[in-house]
Amino acid sequence: MPKDGGIGASTKRREDVRFLTGAGRYTADIDLRGQAYVQFLRSDVAHGRINKIDTSAAEAMPGVLAVFTGEDFTGMGGNPAGWLIQSRNGETMKEPKRPVLAHGKVRHVGDAYAAVVAETPEQARDAVEAIISDITELPAIVDMAQAVADKTNRVHDEIADNVVFDWGWIEDNRAAVDAAFKTAPHVTTLELTNNRLSPNAMEPRASIGDYDAGTGDYKLYTTSQNPHLHRLLIAAFVMGIPENKLTVIAPDVGGGFGSKIYHYGEEAVVLAAAKKLNRPVKWVATRSEAFVSDAHGRDHVTKIQLATDMQGNMLALRTETLANVGAYLSNFSTATPTFLHGTLMAGPYKTPLVYVNVKAVFTNTAPVDAYRGAGRPEATYSIERVVDKAARELGIDPFEMRRRNFIKPDQYPYTTPVGLVYDTGNYDATLNKLVEMVDMKAFETRRAASAKAGKLRGIGLSTWIEACGIAPSNLVGVLGSRVGLFDAATVRVNATGNISVMVGAHSHGQSHETVFAQIVSDKLGIPASSIDIVHGDTSKIPFGMGSYGSRSLAVCGTAMVKAVDKIIAKGKKIAAHMLEASEGDIVFEDGSFKVTGTDKAKTFGEIAFSAYVPHNYPLETLEPGLEETAFYDPSNFTYPAGAYACEAEVDPETGKVTICNFWAADDFGNIMNPMVVEGQVHGGVAQGIGQALLEHAVYDANGQLQTGSYMDYAMPRADDVPFYESDFSCITPCTHNPLGVKGCGEAGAIGSPPAVVNAVIDALQRGGHKNVIHIDMPLSPSRVWAAINA
Amino acid sequence: MQLSDQRQIKAAPAVVWAAILDPEVLKACVPGCESMTGSPADGFEAVVVQKVGPVKARFTGLVHLSDIVEGKSLTISGEGKGGPAGFAKGGAKVTFTPEGDGTLLAYEVEANVGGKLAQLGSRLIDGFAKKMADDFFERFQQTIEGPAEPEPEPEGDAPEGEAKKGWLKRIIG
Repeated sequence: MPKDGGIGASTKRREDVRFLTGAGRYTADIDLRGQAYVQFLRSDVAHGRINKIDTSAAEAMPGVLAVFTGEDFTGMGGNPAGWLIQSRNGETMKEPKRPVLAHGKVRHVGDAYAAVVAETPEQARDAVEAIISDITELPAIVDMAQAVADKTNRVHDEIADNVVFDWGWIEDNRAAVDAAFKTAPHVTTLELTNNRLSPNAMEPRASIGDYDAGTGDYKLYTTSQNPHLHRLLIAAFVMGIPENKLTVIAPDVGGGFGSKIYHYGEEAVVLAAAKKLNRPVKWVATRSEAFVSDAHGRDHVTKIQLATDMQGNMLALRTETLANVGAYLSNFSTATPTFLHGTLMAGPYKTPLVYVNVKAVFTNTAPVDAYRGAGRPEATYSIERVVDKAARELGIDPFEMRRRNFIKPDQYPYTTPVGLVYDTGNYDATLNKLVEMVDMKAFETRRAASAKAGKLRGIGLSTWIEACGIAPSNLVGVLGSRVGLFDAATVRVNATGNISVMVGAHSHGQSHETVFAQIVSDKLGIPASSIDIVHGDTSKIPFGMGSYGSRSLAVCGTAMVKAVDKIIAKGKKIAAHMLEASEGDIVFEDGSFKVTGTDKAKTFGEIAFSAYVPHNYPLETLEPGLEETAFYDPSNFTYPAGAYACEAEVDPETGKVTICNFWAADDFGNIMNPMVVEGQVHGGVAQGIGQALLEHAVYDANGQLQTGSYMDYAMPRADDVPFYESDFSCITPCTHNPLGVKGCGEAGAIGSPPAVVNAVIDALQRGGHKNVIHIDMPLSPSRVWAAINA
Repeated sequence: MQLSDQRQIKAAPAVVWAAILDPEVLKACVPGCESMTGSPADGFEAVVVQKVGPVKARFTGLVHLSDIVEGKSLTISGEGKGGPAGFAKGGAKVTFTPEGDGTLLAYEVEANVGGKLAQLGSRLIDGFAKKMADDFFERFQQTIEGPAEPEPEPEGDAPEGEAKKGWLKRIIG
């Protein structure tokens, strides 16, 4: 019988009540007394040298309080990349300073190089238009291959080949991999593009800077997935504010998908302007600004090769990838194509030899960084496409090809050739579940019906794995991370027994307020309605590295459980005193501390009250109060995995692809709230289908963004996606966190794109279009039609 | 984007050539032109109001004549800044070839836009540039020839006001 509360219950989302009744409080909803407004002047050329910026006319405009240019921030530090990557030749990556506002050069369309603060947003906007800039346009560097080849045209003048790093993973394995390819009975080669995406959070970025001249304290309200990370970047790296003098508040945030992990220059401007003017300064991005200035996702060009024997056993795999980082290094931009991508290139397979080469390339485009899945969708897409192609070349059933190469349940812990240790999994189980869901016999019937109607129907498979629960700090430190990736939680039991839980993981769509409360409720035996989950304010929460990389539950949730355990341990001490028993005889169950074997008990509420009104309390040995904090650093990544199948129908007359069915069988470890997990899978798969069929951020040869509005950037709509069937009953609990959880937030976006593309290729192949072996995403009607008619 | 086209003008090449160097003619022919000052040698300063899809802007910019081969060919290029709308730049390489007692005027047009114009209107730019070029040369032809008189179905909108009489006729008569 399904539970109606606690762990495993599909408890309805408490946050929806305020979101659905218009009572959410987003940064744009916050107005501080006396606030002024800032607007930014953004480059309309992709690449240019700034000769002169004349702000005199703007300064004289009505209501204008201050005008800033890049020169005003040259004394500040650069916005850093969070990971330091070493090139194959031992050199450290190129890391040009990323300024608050561009100065010297503008490097992409949308690059902000001046800002106006005025009494009203309209006055600020008018004054921005009055700034006269003399910018010499330079040839735009857009294509990655050209960027590497043309040594005269440089995004950053000091970097001759526009290459950030040339990374080999693992370089020591390269010779053995190459040797395996020389003797391999069969080699499958595929060149593919992982299309560039706009992140499209529903809420555009917004920030308010506030400064207290009396105390010297700064406060930043901003759209952040990780307020402590923002505080660290702004305080320690960019502005040089002592961390204790900066509070960062991320209130309700309307989606992030990665794009709100990063610190952007606008946040430093509102803080600096607030101090200069001694007034709060607010900025809310327009959707147009979001398109050109939010960090984009993906944008890899990859050549992948798979060596097999004639039975389809994978012998070796190697890849060469150009990864676009755009004009500047965004905070995670160097980790995404390397340690979130290269380390996953073994997939769920026991391929013994793997070598990954990634060159990260500067171009005159918006910065590219982690976007839902971050590196792992790119890895999964490359692997699952080449495995599918190899199966076809070898005449092996694609299900069987995968099964033959899976790591088997008795092989864990399994060390991959690309540096990860998978703790647990059962890839055959999820694939078998998927086969059950798909029912291939029924597929044949449906395919025949499509054929009768002149349509081509196919089925595509993807067996994916990811590393999430980011991340063990000692490991990522070795790999180049400049931060720790632990998390923290404080459980504060109030005197009257209700609870505030301050967590480091920010919730901007992940349902923490509901699910974390379910877990605490389950552990303490008190109703979830008495538990509040507090997040998003550095002055309230102990610490936290935020929400991304499907880490919230596995890392922050574990910290929270550990803090709850400390509460229970202290409660036992208090109960032992009150019940005149030895601590070892106290058990905590169903919300009561009991003396084992007796009917003597104290409720959780009585213990809490005693902790704050310690009249009968062991004050000699125990502090009063009932509040505990735990920090948790995971000992390993978690490894969710699953098997996805997509059934697609192609209209050969028009090239239009219709997704008929989508099945997902996932192993996320233990499930805390099935409804929320299902929602996460649905959303992720919709984003994956968007990438596979519709979405593409396109720059023209001059570096102008061609897809800068929803007129041209195609988001998936309700009628583009099917009714999904998802299952997460195949469970191998994570072995190294107490909840046994792995994370589910990115899975759908990671696993689905290759399933969709494999389905379309399968449909075309079955339909007799044997020459179509690959189409780059997005599989728009024009691309599919062109492939059919090539 | 690039496009090319040609049209017959019922006037001698010398007349057509003189017309294209005349700022008044240029002003009358550039669609949406509010002002045009300057000379062929120094270039012209122009203010043009145009709407591309959802973006309407007043462009201020320079028009240059270059690659001038007297009476035979020249390149008209312009670059306009439209403030928050971004910028537009483009050019037309125009050749003048005698054909019968008229002139065959051929042109190759190239246009680029940036900023909000590109962001919001890139899909519309090809059509827009073609219309701009067609309008320009249509007006140019009508300015020289005068309005297409008795023909029942005139193409496009006739230029307004004084241009009705025709540049050639005003000069000659």
